[in-house]
Amino acid sequence: MATGQLRRFWDEFAENKVAVAALFVVLALVALALLAPLIAPQNPYDLSSLVLSDSRRPPGFVGSKGFTHWLGTDAQGRDLLSAILYGLKISLQIGLSAGAIAFSVGASLGAGAAFIGGRFEAIAMRIVDLQLSFPAILLALVISALTGQGKLQLIVALAAAQYAYFARTAHGAAVAERSKEYVEAARSTPLSSLRVLFRHILPNCLPPLIVVATVQVANAIALEATLSFLGLGLPPTEPSLGALIANGFQYMLSGRYWISIFPGIALIVLIIAVNIVGDQIRDQINPGLRR
Amino acid sequence: MVSFIVQRIAQGIVVMAAMSLLVFLGVYAIGNPIDVLLAPDATQEIRTQTIARYGLDRPLYEQYGQFVWRVLHGDLGRSFVFNMPVTDLIFMRLPATLELTLAAVLGATVIGIPLGIYAGYRPQSRTARWIMAISVIGFSVPTFWIGLVLILTFAVTLGWLPAGGRGETANLFGIEWSFLTGNGLKHLLLPALNLSLFKLALMIRLARAGTREIMLTDTVRFARATGQSETTIIRHHVLRLISIPLVTVFGLELGSTLAFAVVTETIFSWPGVGKLIIDSIQSLDRPVMVAYLVLVSLLFIAINFVVDLCYVALDPRMQKG
Amino acid sequence: MSEPLLSVYGLKTNFDTRHGLLRAVDDVSFSLDRGEILGLVGESGSGKSVTGFSLLGLIEAPGRIAGGSIRFDGQELVGASIDILRSIRGRRIAMIFQDPAMTLNPVLTIRQQMKLAYDAHQSGNTGDFTARALEVLSKVGIPDPAARIDAYPHQFSGGMRQRVAIAIALMHRPDIIIADEPTTALDVSIQAQILAEMRGLAQETGTALIWISHDLATIAALANRIAVMYAGRIVEQGTTAALIRAPRHPYTQGLLNSRPDRFPPKAKLPQIRGAMPSLSNLPQGCAFAPRCQFATDLCRSAIPPWSGTLHDGFACYHPLERTP
Repeated sequence: MATGQLRRFWDEFAENKVAVAALFVVLALVALALLAPLIAPQNPYDLSSLVLSDSRRPPGFVGSKGFTHWLGTDAQGRDLLSAILYGLKISLQIGLSAGAIAFSVGASLGAGAAFIGGRFEAIAMRIVDLQLSFPAILLALVISALTGQGKLQLIVALAAAQYAYFARTAHGAAVAERSKEYVEAARSTPLSSLRVLFRHILPNCLPPLIVVATVQVANAIALEATLSFLGLGLPPTEPSLGALIANGFQYMLSGRYWISIFPGIALIVLIIAVNIVGDQIRDQINPGLRR
Repeated sequence: MVSFIVQRIAQGIVVMAAMSLLVFLGVYAIGNPIDVLLAPDATQEIRTQTIARYGLDRPLYEQYGQFVWRVLHGDLGRSFVFNMPVTDLIFMRLPATLELTLAAVLGATVIGIPLGIYAGYRPQSRTARWIMAISVIGFSVPTFWIGLVLILTFAVTLGWLPAGGRGETANLFGIEWSFLTGNGLKHLLLPALNLSLFKLALMIRLARAGTREIMLTDTVRFARATGQSETTIIRHHVLRLISIPLVTVFGLELGSTLAFAVVTETIFSWPGVGKLIIDSIQSLDRPVMVAYLVLVSLLFIAINFVVDLCYVALDPRMQKG
Repeated sequence: MSEPLLSVYGLKTNFDTRHGLLRAVDDVSFSLDRGEILGLVGESGSGKSVTGFSLLGLIEAPGRIAGGSIRFDGQELVGASIDILRSIRGRRIAMIFQDPAMTLNPVLTIRQQMKLAYDAHQSGNTGDFTARALEVLSKVGIPDPAARIDAYPHQFSGGMRQRVAIAIALMHRPDIIIADEPTTALDVSIQAQILAEMRGLAQETGTALIWISHDLATIAALANRIAVMYAGRIVEQGTTAALIRAPRHPYTQGLLNSRPDRFPPKAKLPQIRGAMPSLSNLPQGCAFAPRCQFATDLCRSAIPPWSGTLHDGFACYHPLERTP
């Protein structure tokens, strides 16, 4: 994409004030997550820094370490603000990694299937279709149950549940592309045919894939949170936003709302902001779909 | 028509065979269930006995063969944890899930379609914008979070509705149902609402998009030119035309709602199969996991089949063959 | 002279779009007598279809009727309530559209669709409805209507579908049928059949027709009178014979000159040079001036006024001479 094109893309994007605000929110949250070790008042993973008598304190409580817990503390006595910043980091990490893996695997499979054609294409896309008819949550649930707890396992489970969306999209775009003349011409030699795949087919699949990617990153974050909430995601020693919410759930009925609610707000702000940005990108790439 | 049905059934059988193999291999590849069954200090003798009793010492393909054989005879094994036949266990829990799922999907349809049609009919109106905002929230906010907020608002803060459980049930056709008693209905309301929000958003979007598209067609113009009222046009033309994609989605969503019920049931302690599968995953109760997945796959295939039939029934253009 | 069935004065229909205000119909006036066939001819975008829709109040946002008057049988339709308009639509003024594949509802049987149109104005019993439906279906040449009435639109050919649409239009014995390019989507042989039948039906039932088309040849074969539209305005109007024999507006002349039947088979057809300007970018003065060989500075600065009556006249500063 040429700079001029990018420029025009941004100008159109900037026309939608809500989308710009959402993009700002996303960037701010990413920055906060990256800076978590520097700006968080406490390292929530350092068990020695936790004081049990400070647990489940409401927002504004001044802890025994002398600083104010602006968002209160959780059942282990963690400062919630710090836990949220660290949790945000983990949620983003997992969402982005899962999205990236699903993207590469799915796009290669979809474009590759369209490129190779024949029986491989038929079988691969049939499997993809079959998988798409199953809800991602169920797949992620089963896969993470099979692979057990852990960050890597979780990323694999999410990617495995989501690659099919990318494969479907890439396949569709690649099929449209392969019928074009220059592709036909370039395929005559085996060496140049790989070149065609990487230089022509994949780049042309990119715009629709980017649209899918934004939606799927948001979905991956939501899925991760759901799995962690169900106790199938990350171990409680390294809580993501979902795990924080799950930890606080049991205390909510007794009115200690903050342990679940604040991480939850961080989570939905992140997800909604990514979705709004994604919607705007989709509208710009696919004007036909504009509502 | 007959060949279509036969073809679909054959396809379903192939898919089921593939699914059962995948599920079996996948589920039996994790962990060692014997560790869950026995106390760590159990003697070697007890271990061997237990392994033999559950057939865990056989080669995997033999276990699969036996598994298929038993499944074909309606025997999905015994739960390690509950020590009862898995089929009994699942069918005991199934009504609660079905009740919840149906309430959610019906609610989403009955509320979502009129809202969506309105939003598509008057897309510029303020009400339409509110409807769309609701649908954006329903679409992007995770189900479990909405569940938490519902509990916090209606159960904890306002104290209007219970936070969990099925409440009182009444017996109909030998099965216990919550919706038959006032207390049960109260218990059903929040989980059903929670589960339905995503579907509601989906129904709104689909109905809105369909309505907008149809309102611009010559079919509607022609109907107007014959003097038909807007009510007639919406009831007889728009609703009839959007019903085709909506039925498809309704069917598919029925299946995915069963899957999402896992989350809602966990939050609201709803004693259905969703909660059962979560518990069984955590306790590595493999027969329950396998049976659940096989049944859900079967359900999916059955639903897809019914949806295809409805599709043919609703769209006269499909009936040619 | 008695009042005409329909008289339109200074009708204006605007579309408020992102590209500014489009005057799709601008100051259009004409009249229609009982049983008369009026041809409305023009290129696509000339405003002829919008004129047709305006008559029934079928203009949807962002469009609206911005001014003028439509008097139908003593009643004013511009600004009339939706109830009045609806009581006229289909009952007194019916309309048929270009593509019957798009107008009929694909998921309803012909009977269901006819019933909806019937019920819009009459609460007769089922027997009355069926009798009337079968009568109009056979009138438009549907063979074996009793069997075909329960079929779906996709089970009919294009020509038959358009006949069904015409049958629906005829159901309430309307005074006027507005036909918006009803044969354009059909095969040439079917076109001719439908034209002949429509002419016969109009004569037989005394229904007046407003026939909208881009094809002057079709219109000339059918209409008693022709109005030529260009860029939202009527530029010339007159009886078919006079207009074809001796057009006065250079644009009408241009249309006539490009009719294939006037030239030997292999000859190159003369075209009007240039293209109709888009409504969002109309020139000052006469919209046809940039393409007109007679255009002067006057044409380019002021819109030529109408000279003539509601049935006959033209809008041009330099009309072609009418040779006696």
